[in-house]
Parts: sequence; structure tokens; C-alpha cells
Amino acid sequence: MPYNLKEELNKPERFHAGHRLCAGCGAGIVCRAMMRALDPKDKAVICNATGCLEVSSFQYPFTAWEDSYIHTAFENASATASGVEAAYKVMKRRGKIDPETKFKILAIGGDGGTYDIGFQSLSGALERGHDFTYFCYDNNAYMNTGTQRSSATPRFASATTTPAGAESVGKKQTQKDLTQIVVSHGSPYVAQTTLFGNLKDFHEKAHRAIYTEGPTFVNVLTPCPRGWQYPADDLIDICKAAIDTCVWPLYEVVDGEYRLTYEPKKKLPVEEFMRRQGRFAHCFKKGNEWTIEAAQEYVDKKWEELLSKCK
Amino acid sequence: MSIRERLSGNEAVAVAMRQINPDVFAMFPITPSTEIPQYFAQYVADGRVDTEFICVESEHSALSACIGAEAAGCRAVTATSSAGLSYMNEVLYVAGSLRLPVVLAVANRALTGPININHDYSDSMAERDSGFIQLYAENNQEVYDNYLMAHRIAEHPSVRLPLMVCLDGFITSHAIENIELEEDDTVKAFAGQYHPENYLLKKKNPLAVGPYGISAYYMEARVAQAEAMKNARRVITDVAEDFERTFGRKYGLIEEYRMEDAEIAIVLMGSSAGTAKAAVDGLRAEGVKAGVIKVRVFRPFPGPELEKALKNCRAAAVLDKSEGFSACGGPLFAETAGALFNTSCGLKMIDIVYGLGGRDFTVSAAKSVFERLRQIVKTGETGPVYSHMGERTNAL
Repeated sequence: MPYNLKEELNKPERFHAGHRLCAGCGAGIVCRAMMRALDPKDKAVICNATGCLEVSSFQYPFTAWEDSYIHTAFENASATASGVEAAYKVMKRRGKIDPETKFKILAIGGDGGTYDIGFQSLSGALERGHDFTYFCYDNNAYMNTGTQRSSATPRFASATTTPAGAESVGKKQTQKDLTQIVVSHGSPYVAQTTLFGNLKDFHEKAHRAIYTEGPTFVNVLTPCPRGWQYPADDLIDICKAAIDTCVWPLYEVVDGEYRLTYEPKKKLPVEEFMRRQGRFAHCFKKGNEWTIEAAQEYVDKKWEELLSKCK
Repeated sequence: MSIRERLSGNEAVAVAMRQINPDVFAMFPITPSTEIPQYFAQYVADGRVDTEFICVESEHSALSACIGAEAAGCRAVTATSSAGLSYMNEVLYVAGSLRLPVVLAVANRALTGPININHDYSDSMAERDSGFIQLYAENNQEVYDNYLMAHRIAEHPSVRLPLMVCLDGFITSHAIENIELEEDDTVKAFAGQYHPENYLLKKKNPLAVGPYGISAYYMEARVAQAEAMKNARRVITDVAEDFERTFGRKYGLIEEYRMEDAEIAIVLMGSSAGTAKAAVDGLRAEGVKAGVIKVRVFRPFPGPELEKALKNCRAAAVLDKSEGFSACGGPLFAETAGALFNTSCGLKMIDIVYGLGGRDFTVSAAKSVFERLRQIVKTGETGPVYSHMGERTNAL
């Protein structure tokens, strides 16, 4: 059945309103869409790394999650998921759970809990081949502690530990390409997506990831209004700019085969993405024009690399 | 019917695990506990257990996976030592606060530095406030027996706390001793099954685990955890009584050796107890009223039992096999002294830190401690309350 957002929204909500995420935060959209990607008959266990999402969605005695949920620490969502998945296998084998009830094991963390402190745990779980899906809501910095730079922060973004100033144009390094690193683990399904349009791209990738056996990974560019400094209602437009500038290309890798899932009709200049966000404001000051040129050069290089893999 | 065998402490733990056949074992190797998962891996390879055995990439992940599995509704186990236990530190507290009865075998080993692979209690003593129950053993038999009791204690509805089964690295983990093993069926029946009422993989009524607990709720969770640790005192005793009825071997929170009329006593833990007991036998033959108290359960701390055992003593030496760097004595001393404060015990008490990083502890060393205690009784002078023993005094 073709994707229809209206139909999708008629499904019973599995990530409820009343959570404490900021207005204009992408993480709540990710969670709702992630849960909609599950077949309604299937149950889930969500393993969440410490971060904004965790403190905002499960503050005792309230939870936004309709399904079973576990948070243990910042760096170990994948290890926790490994344990839940091992438990699922052995409990099925030993007849401790009803074989008719299917559980999907989902892990979710921000870029801090995925690219950085949780990287080892993620790598270990991918290598071991647990049957689970990891969703990274990549908001490009440590947002829960107040926008400190992470390895996902793009070059030239001003973060509170890499602030722009008289002698600084923001972060010095380009971001880690985690999606490629996950591909290198040999995972059967890896995808990049973001939040735009009717969320068809997200939905289809999430569904495919969840229903592919083995360790699968979906990297979701997820804007943060506090850290990126944009008006709350600009979220979807910023995501659209990210894909149209090829700052965040949309693609999937199925058993090692690359497939581009979106190619902009007209590739926009990178400043269309940058100018909407306060974190890049210093790049548009006189004398800093080179930063936009350098950012463009990097995006072009990565885009060409990706295109060559998608052929 | 018991089976007479000769096993190392590590193999004794592995045998107990095989007999219990836990649901999930998440392992990461570290000396001297590595043999435990190695033996177990062979049981898996030979089809003697059907545990889900996962070889994770760190101790932090090993315990995290156990937490995930236990919350999902399983019996989950792991084993570690030294730096591995330190690496688990953060998630030890998580297991405790989530009230997940994970059972962790710890082959105790000194913490770095200098890096050292031999025995002392610096690893598990550093985790004494983590919310784990801690059982210590004098020899292989006690390790095995403690392991057979571990799940029942940890999983008891009034407890629901994780538990460490500690064995002295190399001394107990690797030395091969005679041991009485129990039949597989009897062990299985004794250990029972884990049936939590709520778990992640429950068909109805999903579970949410690990909330953000603001100031309005955090303290209640911690107090409930403290109550559970208090309840563990009774449960450890009850399980030990059932163990004695089933297998004939008796265990208390502490063991008193020739303490009935003892005037001087050593309080200590683990394999050193055997050495101290040999010293007591020698002194008793000379008419000296000496005794030994072995602390088997460190968490919950056996304060009332120590008070009762020491109340007629005139002087006692606590032997700490870890240095807490408090500059006032080691952790066993601090806790023993704390337990005796506000009681009628009028004894003089000293602390001796010994055996760090595998430094040998001999019968003559134990005797020298008793000699100090005799002098304290004779002169009424305690002398230095906190000192070290067995370290080199000349330049290296």
C-alpha cells in the first residue's frame, strides 16, 4: 500500500504528547514517526541513551512511550539493546514468551550518545549482529548540556565549546561520517534521512530498517532550535534546505549496495542551509566569506564521493 | 549426594553457572576472572547449557547487556576483575537502582597502579556503595556455595538487588582444591527460576525502566533501595538456612572461629582467614585466647553480628586488604568501627592494611598481629591505630 500520511496519522499514537521536548525540536517528530513505522500488531522495546529525549520523555512518574522502554546510561544504548535482544532470543527458545507476539528492539540516541560516547557500544553491537535498529537523532552537538560541540558538529558551527569570536570561526573540524562507518560494519541496512515533506522518506527507511533482520541503522538529521538557533516553525524548511544543498544527502545502503533516494532538481548553494541558523551567523560577516566557500567545497566533495558509490 | 572433585575457584563458579543455566551471560575477559567465561563458552559449545552467551566489547557493555536482559525478564550473569569492575562502575549503580538482580562473579584483583594482576580488595571495595550485595569466600567450596545461593538472595521480592560473588584473585580463582559439588538437579531445584512480575518483554502491560527522577522523587527511590539492602540481611540468613538443610553446609553473615572465650581477635575477609585460623590454632595450643572473625557478607554490613562476636573481646585488629586512602584506615576498619560505635563494646581496635597487590600473608604475620593485640591488652596502650604490614622498609 502506498504511503499516505493521513492514514499513518490515524494509527494509535505510540509516542504521546505531553513530553517535555522544546517546541521546534526534531526529536519528538523522529519518535512519533519511528513508532508509526512499526506494524501496529508488533510490540517494541525502546532502548534510549541519556540525553534530551530521555529526560523529556520519561520523567517519573510519566512516560510518553506506549511501548516498553529502558534507559540506563549515556554510552550504552546499543549494549542495553544487545541484552534485550539476547533476552528475547533465549526467552523465545525457552518458551518464556508467547511465540505469536513479535517484539522489535529499537535503540535511539542523539549524536553525543551515538557518534561519540556511545560509539564503541554501537560498533560492538553492529559487529555482533544483534537483530535491532538504531536510530540516531543527529542534532549536531551535545544539546542536553547546552550545545557543546560533538564529532557530528559541522565545521564552522558555533557551539558553546567552539564559539565564534575574534579569533574563531566556530568548530575547526568537519563532522565524522558515521553513516559510512556503520556501512563499513557490513550492516544489512543503513540509511540517512531527515524530516521533510510528508515524512515518506523517513517512514519508508524506518520501516525497512526495522523489518530487515540484523543490526540496522538510520541516521536522522534532526534540527535543534536552541543549538542551531532558528525560529521553531522553520524546522521542516531547514531540513529541506539540508537535502537541497546536499549538506545531508538522502541515501540508503542495502547489503552494501548504495542507492540515492533523493537528488535535488537544482543543487542549492550551501549558504541556503547556513543562513537560516544563528550558529553560522558569523560566517556571513565581512572577512569570513571564505568559510562559506570552504563549507561548499566540503559538501561538493562528499556529494561527488557519494554519487560515485551510487552508480 | 555430593560429588567430590578438585577444582579451581573459577571452575567452581563456572560449574555453578552451568548447573543454574542462566538465560544470558555477557562476557568480557580480564585476568584473573577470564577462565569463568572460558569454561562457560565450552559448556555452550558442547550443548551443556542453552544460555544466550554474548561476547561484548567491554565490561561496561557486559553489565549494560546484563541490565537490558534482566529488565527484559531474564536471569543475566557476568564476571570480571579489577579495572573491569571499575569500568562497570557507572552501570553497577544503574543495576542497583533499577533493582535488577544481576549476579556478577568478581575475581578480586588490585587496581592499577602500578598495574598488578594479583589479589587485594581494592576493586570491589571501591564499589561497596554501588548497591550490590557482596559475598566473599575463604576457599573454592565457599565460592561455589555462595554462587548457588546468589540468585535466590538477589531475586527475593523483598530484595531485588544485584549481587557480587567475590573470590580472591589467583589465590582462590586459580588454586585447585578439593570441593564437594552438588548434583545438577538438586542445584537447579535449589536455585529455582526467576519470575519477575514486570518485565520489558511482557505481552501485556509494557514496562518503562530508568526514568529521570527529579528531586521530588529521587530520594524515595534511594530510600526504598536502602530498605531492600536491609531486607537482604534476613534473606541471606534464610537462604543459608535452606542451603544447610539441603546441602549440609552452614553459613552466616560472618564466621566466628574460636571466638567463644577469645580476648583478642582478628577481623578479616577471604582466603586470609585460613591463614589467621592456623595462627589461632598455634596460639591456642600455647594457651592464648585468640580468635578470628571472617566477614563473609560485606554488603549488607554485618554490624550487629560483629558487635555480638566482639563484645567480650579486649582488643581486635581489623585487617584491610585494600587501602582506602582515608588516612584513617581501610574500609573494613571504618565500617567495623562504625558498627561498634554507640554499643557497649569496650575493646581497643586497630587497623592493619596488608597484602596489597598479592603481597603474601603468612601464619607468622598473623601471629605478629596477635602479639600486638596482646601488648595492647597488657599495657592498655593502643599505639598506632592505623598502620601497614608486610611492606618493604629498606630502599628497593
